[in-house]
Amino acid sequence: MKGYRKYFGKKILWFFLTLIIAFILNFTLPRLMPADPVASIMSRTARGIQDAAVTKAMHESYVKAFGLDQPIIKQFFTYVKNAFTWDFGPSFSQYPRKVNDIISNGILWTIGLQLPAIIVGWLIGNVLGALAAYIRKGFDKVLMPLSLFLSCVPAFGMAVILLGIFAVKLKVAPIAGGYGFDLIPTFSWTFVKSVIAHYQLPFWSIVIISVGGQAIGMRSMSIYELNADYVKYSRFLGVKDRKIVKYVFRNAMLPQVTGLALSLGTMVGGALVAEVIFSYPGLGSVILEAVTASDYPLLSAATLIITIMVLIATFAIDIIYGFIDPRVKAAQFD
Amino acid sequence: MKNTLRQIFHSPKFVTGFSIFIIIFILLIVYPLFNPGDPLQMIGLSSFSKPGTYVSVYDSIDTEKAIMKLPDADEKRLRNKLSDEDKLAMKEWLVATGTPEEEIDITDTDHLLQLWEEKYDSSIKPAGMTMAKRNYYKRLDANLKKALDANEVIIATRNTEDGTLEETTKVKDTEYVNTKDVVNRIVLPLGTDNFGRDVLKELVSAAKTSLMIGLIAGSIATFIGLTFGLLAGYLGGLVDDFIMFITNIFTVIPGFILLILISYGIGQEQRGATTVAIVIGATSWTWTARSVRSQVISLRNRDHVNLSKLSGHSLLRIILTDILPYIASYVVMALILQISSAILAEAQLSLIGLGPKTTEVPTLGLMMNWAMLYSAHTHGYWWAYFPVLLIIALISFSLNLMNTGLDQVFNPTLRD
Repeated sequence: MKGYRKYFGKKILWFFLTLIIAFILNFTLPRLMPADPVASIMSRTARGIQDAAVTKAMHESYVKAFGLDQPIIKQFFTYVKNAFTWDFGPSFSQYPRKVNDIISNGILWTIGLQLPAIIVGWLIGNVLGALAAYIRKGFDKVLMPLSLFLSCVPAFGMAVILLGIFAVKLKVAPIAGGYGFDLIPTFSWTFVKSVIAHYQLPFWSIVIISVGGQAIGMRSMSIYELNADYVKYSRFLGVKDRKIVKYVFRNAMLPQVTGLALSLGTMVGGALVAEVIFSYPGLGSVILEAVTASDYPLLSAATLIITIMVLIATFAIDIIYGFIDPRVKAAQFD
Repeated sequence: MKNTLRQIFHSPKFVTGFSIFIIIFILLIVYPLFNPGDPLQMIGLSSFSKPGTYVSVYDSIDTEKAIMKLPDADEKRLRNKLSDEDKLAMKEWLVATGTPEEEIDITDTDHLLQLWEEKYDSSIKPAGMTMAKRNYYKRLDANLKKALDANEVIIATRNTEDGTLEETTKVKDTEYVNTKDVVNRIVLPLGTDNFGRDVLKELVSAAKTSLMIGLIAGSIATFIGLTFGLLAGYLGGLVDDFIMFITNIFTVIPGFILLILISYGIGQEQRGATTVAIVIGATSWTWTARSVRSQVISLRNRDHVNLSKLSGHSLLRIILTDILPYIASYVVMALILQISSAILAEAQLSLIGLGPKTTEVPTLGLMMNWAMLYSAHTHGYWWAYFPVLLIIALISFSLNLMNTGLDQVFNPTLRD
């Protein structure tokens, strides 16, 4: 039990350390941008104003309102305080809308889309990979190059292709958005139906992409395990094939769990871009908006949230991994 | 060495991947020789022209004509005149005047026209049909009849003095020109994009830039990863702890987010293709470092390394002669994967508007970005984005296939 606590203590310490570094990067990097961040609001609000003195005064008042006139250290502490109180102030591009309002709108869509898609893709990929390793022959010959090719199509590419086939050509799915443009989010039947219809294409494009990569990983892990000494030994002992397969796939599956943890960051990146293609109202689209409008409070907050989500997911997978793999558990507790 | 190479080129996977890559590479080099010019030149004033050969209408008037009488020329003209809405409207009329609905198949244009010719009568007034609708049918019928008439089209120029039209040529419906004889023509195998640029020319140039970005970014990532991995693995101790600390942090922070933040911080003006490549390389070295480190740890206590140490060889020499050769195959494989993922990273980055600055060179990601910005995908202009995706997928596929082939050569347990 003591080892257990020590292990988690260490993990949590790591988690917070990474979080702090991510946080600092998140604060500094967007602020290095040479362009004037207030320019984007000015271009909208000061339109048509001829008097230079007025625009100057407006500019100054915005700079003051966003705290840009303060020293960078002070800005940092304000940012820390903001992050803790979950209040990132107003957005530049959609002023006076609050950043957290925009973010909390997007975050549910993103989690709702990506979490199930990545898990489903991972499961299907592993089953296919295991089957390919076990059956070999024709199945493997077809599946292997196909998965390799699929895993090479970028997530946004799959999104565009699915969109072109199903939404534009066959017209069986809606073209863009998370729900019909004529609807307001409520819990009515028409709204739920529209959400489900809009969900299909982004969901499957992410699933198909992750299936390829996972299938390849699982296949080679399984082949590796199938050739391991304990398998040969069990065969000599006359252990039933079915039983051996069970052990083999369990062992092959475990590294895949870590694989999921490691590739989560990459997958989320790809899925964010897929969101952009479908104009899905998630964080991916928020980031795009923030970039085009050079709205860095929004960009900072969006990337911070994604980083935290990925960190939590990785941390959770790590912990779960300890529970399902006795070898790792032994290593952790020792 | 020779033996290894022979073994590598006997792996079917590696050879397939290698051939695809080399074919693409040669095409990228050769195509500009046959079709030189600035890839970003806007030749079209209208956007998204379909792929095909374009001949100048103006010049074809003066081109030598051949008279031909093709049996189905009239029918084709007719068919071309009919839009889908017209067909639906025709069906509606036919149904309203008592033709059974099952008999009408609007996908079979010839049959529909035949029915129309038999049944249409402008004097019939179907119940509930407005005057405007009846007039529409009259016009439609007149249009169809006109298409069948063998009237000549007269080409005239305007007299500059009094503004009257003077007939210059008559064009009959049986006259044809050879597209090769028309002075001005252009072959656009992949049409034009939203700016009216030749997509194929742009694609070739973009693929080259993207490969270069991949190569620079991949080399940087491999170099950093290799250096860190070697130092951490061989030296161990505090250096190892420190390097692994940094590596661990950057593995968990999503690389793509880091990429977004840095690219944003650099700003639009400073982002050239090379800068983007450097940024991608500098953020994607972590897993190379990790795996090189674990390989080096397994090597550092081998006898030949210890012998080298006892002989007083320098650190650099031990690493270069006693460790590096053993992990060389691994490093090559890592480099290949890094190149392929860097090409993808550039594409993703460009797609959200953080790619290289747009005025100098096209990249695959930028082409994708332009196609998306001008909604090529929702309008079905497949030539503006599909070839780009195909090239990205093919390059990445060939590199990954090479990697798998190498993996099987160097790890016999993975062989089929």
